[in-house]
Amino acid sequence: MLELRHIGKGYASGRRVLTDLSYILDSGKYVAIMGESGVGKSTLLNLIAGLDTPDTGEVLIGGIAMSSLDDDSATRLRRKAFGFIFQAFHILPHLTLSQNIALPLLLNGISGERIEERSEQMLVAVGLHGRGRDFPRQMSGGELQRVAIARALVHSPKLILADEPTGNLDPDTARDILMLMRAEIKANGATGIIVTHSHAAAATADLVLILTKDGLRPADSADSAASHLLR
Amino acid sequence: MKFGMLSRWLLVGEWKAHLTQAAVAIIAIALGVALGFAIHLINTAAFNEFSAAAKSLSGQSDLQVRGAQSTFDESFYPALAQHNGVEAANPVLELDVAIPSSPGERKNTTLKILGLDIFRAASIAPDLIGIPAEDRLFDILADDAIFLSSAAMEWLKVKRGDPLQLRVGTQTITLRVAGGLVRTRAGQRIGVMDIGAAQWRFQRIGQLSRIELKLMQGINHEAFKKTLAQELGAQHVVTETADQETRVANMSRAYRVNLNMLALVALFTGAYLVFSTQALSVVRRRHQFALLRVLGLTRRQLLKQILLEGAILGAIGSLLGLVFGYAAAAAALDFLGGDLGSGFFPGIQPNVHFDSFAAAIFFMLGLGVTLLGSAAPALEAARAQPAPALKSGSEDAALSKLATPWPALACLGLGGLLTQLPPIFNLPVFGYLAVALLLIGGIALMPRLSALIFSAVFFAAAKSTSKAVPILALARLANAPNQAAIALGGVLASFSLVAAMAIMVTSFRVSVDDWLKHILPADLYVQTAASGDTRGFMPDEMKAIAAARGISRADFFRSSQLMLDPSRPHITLIARPIDWTDPANTLPMTGEAILPALLPKDAIPIWVSEAMVDLYDFTLGKRVTLPIGASSPTFIVAGVWRDYGRQFGAIQMRLADYQALSGDRKVNDAALWLQAGVSTEQVIESLRRLPFGSALEFSEPGQIRALSLNIFDRSFAVTYLLEAVAIIIGLLGVAASFSAQTLARAKEFGILRHIGVTRRQILGMLAAEGGLLTALGIALGFVLGWCISLILVFIVNPQSFHWTMQLSLPWKGLMTAALALLVSAAFTALVSGRHAVSGNAIRAVREDW
Repeated sequence: MLELRHIGKGYASGRRVLTDLSYILDSGKYVAIMGESGVGKSTLLNLIAGLDTPDTGEVLIGGIAMSSLDDDSATRLRRKAFGFIFQAFHILPHLTLSQNIALPLLLNGISGERIEERSEQMLVAVGLHGRGRDFPRQMSGGELQRVAIARALVHSPKLILADEPTGNLDPDTARDILMLMRAEIKANGATGIIVTHSHAAAATADLVLILTKDGLRPADSADSAASHLLR
Repeated sequence: MKFGMLSRWLLVGEWKAHLTQAAVAIIAIALGVALGFAIHLINTAAFNEFSAAAKSLSGQSDLQVRGAQSTFDESFYPALAQHNGVEAANPVLELDVAIPSSPGERKNTTLKILGLDIFRAASIAPDLIGIPAEDRLFDILADDAIFLSSAAMEWLKVKRGDPLQLRVGTQTITLRVAGGLVRTRAGQRIGVMDIGAAQWRFQRIGQLSRIELKLMQGINHEAFKKTLAQELGAQHVVTETADQETRVANMSRAYRVNLNMLALVALFTGAYLVFSTQALSVVRRRHQFALLRVLGLTRRQLLKQILLEGAILGAIGSLLGLVFGYAAAAAALDFLGGDLGSGFFPGIQPNVHFDSFAAAIFFMLGLGVTLLGSAAPALEAARAQPAPALKSGSEDAALSKLATPWPALACLGLGGLLTQLPPIFNLPVFGYLAVALLLIGGIALMPRLSALIFSAVFFAAAKSTSKAVPILALARLANAPNQAAIALGGVLASFSLVAAMAIMVTSFRVSVDDWLKHILPADLYVQTAASGDTRGFMPDEMKAIAAARGISRADFFRSSQLMLDPSRPHITLIARPIDWTDPANTLPMTGEAILPALLPKDAIPIWVSEAMVDLYDFTLGKRVTLPIGASSPTFIVAGVWRDYGRQFGAIQMRLADYQALSGDRKVNDAALWLQAGVSTEQVIESLRRLPFGSALEFSEPGQIRALSLNIFDRSFAVTYLLEAVAIIIGLLGVAASFSAQTLARAKEFGILRHIGVTRRQILGMLAAEGGLLTALGIALGFVLGWCISLILVFIVNPQSFHWTMQLSLPWKGLMTAALALLVSAAFTALVSGRHAVSGNAIRAVREDW
């Protein structure tokens, strides 16, 4: 499903964040990526989504090299195959919850009837049944993130990218959201990548990877102990 | 893709949430389009009506033979009537005859009277035939009968059978209203008499104004016109109806173009407001657009979405503008007349007609400027990389391209170069382009300038004060200069236009006032009527006036019309006593004059107005011929003088030279100097005792100056309206940009509230930002406005109206306007900011964006 081949990325300031990173992720997996601040976790997500281009190497989605796509083609692929969940929920403030959730459907040309039906399904799935006409300003942080999850999954994408999805939430709400996210990703048969600092969040994944300057490696018990000490 | 539905959701959501900002942009465009469209409709209605009214007086003739002077000898009429190729010839005497005013009243009104040969006119101008009463058919030939158009009857408050008094020289004659006319245009005020009666009654025996010719079928009009003009010589001109239209068009063209330009300036300011509204709105929604890009909206779709927003605002604004413009034109024609008080189109009653072609042009113009205003922010939003744009703090970076100074400097440089180019078709096209470029360049330079200035002020303030409010305000202005510059641009555009127009109008007014003082040196002026062709004094009356008690000196003036070019309006010839050793004593000279010793013996000196130099190339020292008298002698231009009264040209010559050449002993006006110790009232009393004393009208220089300045103010009233519109649009710009910025800064205010900044301090910070920005906008706007006023005073005015003026600055007015704008802008910023601090601070910090 996702293959990273010798990815390298630096910034104009001269700072290098990723060097010769390679990894293959199978379909249907739910992976958490952890690492120190500034190591390049969000950059990696942007590269996978085609929102940024690597200096070296290639990102392949379903065998298609993202670098071979122009901006419009990358956008169309993202529209169809990707779902995004952010730390700062990014819900459009002037659209209702239903309209926010339906955005990917509209972008993918789904007909009006199907849009309503599918948005309602997702509202039920994320526990917001009957709140479709509400506006974001009436919602709590946890509720907003539920909307974001519904939006990320509404068009049944193959790959879900989540960047610190519980970073703005209290522990109880975060736990609920993480369970919901996992359940929905699994129910949709999607592949999920979650970037997080939280071990609790990482614990919901099938596999935890640590991103260091040397590349991605599976987490071991030392990682867990170190993080407990830091807490 | 269901882009239509998504687009609708985004548009409706945005406008529901920020209705005021959308309304401000719509109002700005509507104001600009309304002004432009209204002025176009008024000009067109007035011009068409005036042209049609003038044309209707020539009937269905093919050609008209006119004298180079206002009237000519009728002796060659029989030969012309029998000329080969002429089917019919209609002699006409056309005069503007003064209506007597009651004692003490000064009425500047005349009635246009046509003297016609009824038997000739029937075939060429049948509409102008009088309709006598059934039992008085011979009234059409009666020497005391006059037929009036219905508009004239209504205006003069007379009906069939009533007497009508008219002023001829110092005499008052009484005619009988014998009936109406077959057909005239609505509002057209004319009277018709038998030509013989008119010549006798108005002391024009043997004189004609024109002969209208109808040519036989198959005659080549152009060739006939050319041959006839050669046969008749320089004392006559042969014209067509088209020449008359051109003359009317030339007469008012510069005025009309200037008004249209002022209206376009209002549209430009409106367009800038749309740009600032759209730019700030796009910056505010930068994260939202980035999210849409992440979710799969292509660059082109995003560009389309933002442009669509602008197009809808532009379309609604333009449509509203057309409706308001039409209504404003109808109201203005009703209340102010077709010339908006300027006096270009007297005696007509135009009605507004919806001009669908012009409406389409103005609609496209409104839509076009809105799209242009939206294009830059739309392109920036579409080009932005979605991942960085999703992060907070990238707002000012979005406008970073505005900070590049080179396009602005290029505009300013090009504007400077264009001021050196000559007019095109007597219009200051390059002057206006230079004004536009200066405005664009000035506004575009603001981000860089404001960053430099506010950084320096911030640096200085940080050293000298530790107070939070000024430091916060200055830090914001110094570190987010691009957003500040957008608000600044609105203030700059409106204040520079207000300053430029105010300086231009004041310069003109002060120059006119000085000019009036120069041309009115006498203590008292006497005439028999304020205007008209039949006013004036005969030689014995001149003697009587000069000999009246208390008068030390009497100068008499003879003014008449000359036609030098059939496609241009008449020029004015003024004959008066002129001291040729020092003409500057009498005339407001613009430069050196040629002294008598240097004048050639075989040429008569004339002094010409600046318009004669521009329009007829009558340069200093040039030998010219003028159709005065029978011999068309040679004249030499001995000097150039300034004339604000006649923009189509005027020539002054010595009365003695004129009388020797023309044999015309009549004069129109008298200027009187009083003996020491004698009062004006005493002289007026002694002149009233003269046999013709009751026909005299007296004016003191102060009264003439006051009347002239009153007319000046009336004709410039429309520019004051445009200035007010510019101020309103500027304030709308401040309101729009500040409310947009405070909305976008809700999180910043929330954080400040969290860390202990009070609401009052935040409001103080906003007022300080508004005040500082406006103060800088006013200061820079004054500099830019001063530069633009130099173009208006020294390029646009001389090229449009052919007169020069001195520069005068209305300091008091400018300071008042600046203060009013400063207070209004700080208040507007404060009111806009109240929204941001009225919400829950915690909520603002946790806001999604």
